[in-house]
Amino acid sequence: MTTIADPKAPRPSRPGPTRRTTHGNTELYWWVFMRVSGVVLVALIFGHLFVNLVAGEGINAIDFGFVAGKWASPFWQIWDLLMLWLAMLHGTNGVRTIIGDYAEKDSTRLVLTSALYLASVIVIVLGTLVIFTFDPCPPNSPADLLPSFCTA
Amino acid sequence: MTATAEAPAPEVGAVPSFEVTLKIRRFLPADEDMPTFGEPFQAEPRWDEFTVTVHGTDRVLDALHKIKWEHDGSLTFRRSCAHGICGSDAMRINGRNRLACKTLLKDLDPSKPIIVEPIKGLPVVKDLVVDMEPFFASYREIMPFLITTGTEPTKERLQSPQQRERFDDTTKCILCAACTSSCPVFWTDGQYFGPAAIVNAHRFIFDSRDEGGTQRLEILNDKEGVWRCRTTFNCTEACPRGIEVTKAIQEVKRAMITRAF
Repeated sequence: MTTIADPKAPRPSRPGPTRRTTHGNTELYWWVFMRVSGVVLVALIFGHLFVNLVAGEGINAIDFGFVAGKWASPFWQIWDLLMLWLAMLHGTNGVRTIIGDYAEKDSTRLVLTSALYLASVIVIVLGTLVIFTFDPCPPNSPADLLPSFCTA
Repeated sequence: MTATAEAPAPEVGAVPSFEVTLKIRRFLPADEDMPTFGEPFQAEPRWDEFTVTVHGTDRVLDALHKIKWEHDGSLTFRRSCAHGICGSDAMRINGRNRLACKTLLKDLDPSKPIIVEPIKGLPVVKDLVVDMEPFFASYREIMPFLITTGTEPTKERLQSPQQRERFDDTTKCILCAACTSSCPVFWTDGQYFGPAAIVNAHRFIFDSRDEGGTQRLEILNDKEGVWRCRTTFNCTEACPRGIEVTKAIQEVKRAMITRAF
């Protein structure tokens, strides 16, 4: 007895393992991080906006000297550092999620996530560097480039 | 004397009948070799319109039957029990996933053509029939059977009504794929386990008699597991059994988090 091949049988399934199984709690931790960082960021960002735009003389007080004054205090350094790291990680993970949901091809996904990670690393490193090494009055600079409060 | 043809007065309590147009997405695979996975079939889908006279008590499935039996016998769709239990005839009707056998035509605004498509995210085999294999593959992966250890008891495994209530909602699943094929995350690459697999895992994870909960949570802790759920509630809205699918997924997430911390 011969069997008749059905020319219109359902298409073959995806070759190889259908799903690459992953282990560990990585996704779980990222999921929790997104919730926690979201709440913390709300407090940090609104605190930041209030101090910069409302408190004291309000928006009129903002200038180079104001920022320099804030970063002279370790409190605001930590505040801004936290804001930078949490916002960047929160945003990067969010965009990673969106790329995962919308990129259909593995190659597209790889290119987009690589570009995303590179951009995030640059911003985080550069931002951290600025917060900790910021010096409003670098020594041996020409006087006309320095703000008025720098008295040599 | 001439007999005058008088229109018979409508019977009291008679079911009204009306005309309805169905716009059906048709697809006939080309008569050539099967394409490899990811490649589309050569054939292009098309839309066919059929106008049929139906009764106020008729469902979309009755209209499809009428079309198949009286207009075009080549129209292909799945149905088995035709009463909302077997889960064979999930399809996209007017843009929403529903069971054709549970959707009354009169509820669908019959003044406009009713659009009937196969469910999305699964390969179409012919017309409204899709290849359910990726869906069932995910279902099998979560081990949808009772897992126990130790010697088998000599009587039933007893359970209190409260223990049973814990997972009652997810026992109602009929595996029609309406939820999974309504999920935008599943549409992208079909790698996501999908709501139906998670619902059926939930049914055993929260069953007091089952001892495979840890294994199931481990399986769904995957990159493609519950963490890909974006809580869009498409699944809850699509479920013809009224299962609170998104809630079940959230409960599985919570079980994982309390386990991890």
